[in-house]
Amino acid sequence: MTDRPIDPDVDLHIPAQRSEPLAPVLAVIAAGGALGALARYAVQSALPAGPVGFPWATFWINVSGCLLIAVLMVLITEVRRAHRLVRPFLGVGVLGGYTTFSTYAVDIQRLVTAGRAVPGLLYLAGTLAAALAAVAAGMWLTRRLAGVR
Amino acid sequence: MTLLLIALGAAVGAPLRYLADRAVQARHDTTFPWGTLSVNVAGSALLGFLVALPAGDQVMALAATGFCGALTTYSTFGYETVRLLEEGARFHAVANAVTSVVAGLGAAFCGAMLAQALL
Repeated sequence: MTDRPIDPDVDLHIPAQRSEPLAPVLAVIAAGGALGALARYAVQSALPAGPVGFPWATFWINVSGCLLIAVLMVLITEVRRAHRLVRPFLGVGVLGGYTTFSTYAVDIQRLVTAGRAVPGLLYLAGTLAAALAAVAAGMWLTRRLAGVR
Repeated sequence: MTLLLIALGAAVGAPLRYLADRAVQARHDTTFPWGTLSVNVAGSALLGFLVALPAGDQVMALAATGFCGALTTYSTFGYETVRLLEEGARFHAVANAVTSVVAGLGAAFCGAMLAQALL
């Protein structure tokens, strides 16, 4: 284990996160979560998929959110120390509220139930692969640009 | 009105994810991301239920787009999986990805079946 968290939301292996004061942290998470959810709604409204269409909006939301959390976490854990509310606000709140696992799961379930198993499975595997690649790319790029490692 | 309901649902869902994650980690001292897995599975079950009902527009904005959307997260899930790989915990990384997808999808099906059974 290094001193960098596995869980970007809260990782109790990091001593500072065990003693986080709850009220301000929850307040900025709530505010960030609301902003993130509204951004997600804006993207989904701009790119409606229809009941059995390929959910491109949610795909791009989750992939871009994965890229951004990787950039954020490298910046605040490896490049420079950030204010203690930056991670809760941007990581847990904005990006957590922006990306969604429930819509991903339910969209696959709806596609499969509607007899569109192939697009459903393509969406399942495609989101997973693109999201993990986005995290890896975000980390690599940020480390290179910031000159760490 | 829709925007307000989404913001309100998310303002509850996102902090609840943080609190649930903390509570799970406080009980299980492991690097496996059980906390995120739990909220993602629970949120997928609830959303599957709401979509299959289907609930009205205002309930969907508040509980589905707002609450379930913010309670669950793909960015945290993706970051954790890659960090586990970086730390050399390849089995945990693969287990996290497979379990999250299988359990999340299973939960969505269960939620939808429950809604249909109640109708």
